Amino acid sequence: MTGPATCIEVRDVSFGYAGNPILQDITFDVREGEYLGIIGPNGGGKTTLFKVILGLLVPQKGEVRIYGEPLESFRKKHVIGYVPQRSLSDYYFPATVEEVVRSGRTARLGLLKRFAREDAGAIERVMEVTDVATLRKRLIGQLSGGERQRVFIARALASDPKILILDEPDVGVDVSAQEKFYSFLENLNTGSGLTILLISHDIDVVAHQARSILCLNRRLVCHGPPKDFITEDYMQKLYGKKVRFILHGH
Amino acid sequence: MAFEIFELEFMRRAFVAGLLISIIVPVIGTFLVVRRYSLMADTLAHVSLVGVATGVLMKTNPVIAAVIASAISAVLIERLRGLKKLFAESVLAIFLSGSLAVAVVMISLAKGFNVDLLSYLFGSISTIGSVDLYLLAALFVLVLASIGLFYKEFFLVSFDEEFAEAGGVKARALNLFIVLLAAVTVSLAMRIVGILLIGALMVIPVVTARQFELSFRNTILVSIAFSLVSVISGLFLSYYFDLASGGTIVLVSLAIFLAAFIVNRPE
Repeated sequence: MTGPATCIEVRDVSFGYAGNPILQDITFDVREGEYLGIIGPNGGGKTTLFKVILGLLVPQKGEVRIYGEPLESFRKKHVIGYVPQRSLSDYYFPATVEEVVRSGRTARLGLLKRFAREDAGAIERVMEVTDVATLRKRLIGQLSGGERQRVFIARALASDPKILILDEPDVGVDVSAQEKFYSFLENLNTGSGLTILLISHDIDVVAHQARSILCLNRRLVCHGPPKDFITEDYMQKLYGKKVRFILHGH
Repeated sequence: MAFEIFELEFMRRAFVAGLLISIIVPVIGTFLVVRRYSLMADTLAHVSLVGVATGVLMKTNPVIAAVIASAISAVLIERLRGLKKLFAESVLAIFLSGSLAVAVVMISLAKGFNVDLLSYLFGSISTIGSVDLYLLAALFVLVLASIGLFYKEFFLVSFDEEFAEAGGVKARALNLFIVLLAAVTVSLAMRIVGILLIGALMVIPVVTARQFELSFRNTILVSIAFSLVSVISGLFLSYYFDLASGGTIVLVSLAIFLAAFIVNRPE
């Protein structure tokens, strides 16, 4: 049986600071076109796992491969679009929406290359689909939470990525904007075939959006489709308490 | 006659040097201010003083010694910051006060201050020689060419270092490059405004431009405009009213900042 190809392989990865393990023996694969939700308690290692996959942290043990190549020698890192967790303190920076979105294409362009017509077109398209084109001249600090979130998605999409990695993108975003945002993500996944990895504190959202779920509490607690995971047993393992869960849709 | 000032050789030199400096200093300053690294300019200036003292003691060119001293410190500062064991501002504070201590001890070894050293501390346009001008012209080309070639990378690492690295951009090397450019700029610009005031010229025009809530590119361009106005009018005022040039330039830039702050004050 041949399914979609594997795009991310995480093999036996462990990471920690000074005897304090954060990730232990993590192994899983992500296939092309997958929509993977990652959940787990605070301090469970979700963001750390993303940073290892992005090469921002080097694991003490194990390895990560992107499209079959070891991460250290993988040159086209711009195929991964990254939407980091944000804090409000960054927004004093004088930069317009357009400048921020353009900066998302810098790595793909490479050193000493200037923005060509093709790049301008790509930037224009992502600003249209993320609905930030009308905000282009606004400063990043003048935006609402929802608008800012769309700008950071646009920046991540500006490099025409194949994989999108989002770390708690819905913090500080109101509910109606959140609904729109998740249907937009779903479209990217089903329409454009983008592979999505999403961390969210909102288990409900993850269970309804993602097509597979990875539960992380320093170790891999479970990995599978939402229906496998939504048993009280796993929730207790993860959060140490009984959580009732209702699954609909899908 | 109003323009008799230009009949004097040393004033012509001062204006050329001032123009070159007032264009490149705020460009570098913007990249420092936006990442809350304003103290870097002052730190590098104090390190430059160690270079100057070394130059005076060893009877070599103090400006070149200052460039070397501040470039070495820039590398060390970035290394220490990269370890993430200390706050960036603590690293700067250590270098700032530490280098001042070293310089003071060296000066005492040289049996006290002399006029030459004071001219570095407060700037002295009357002592700018043709070597200084050539060095400044070379720096001008270096800074503008670097910004022209690496603008998109410099913007990216200044705005979001982690995102840059995640995309495979060499953020640490680019950071080091920016700080090295700052080091060389500070050491060469100190001849005009002085070690104690160069930080002001690197930061105030940028903070003034920031009041107008412009794009990054326009913040740089407007800060150059404010810096040009400050340096040119500062030089005129200092000449006609017989004032210290460095202090006058910085006071003009402060006056512009105040005006901009009042015009753009929150409702």
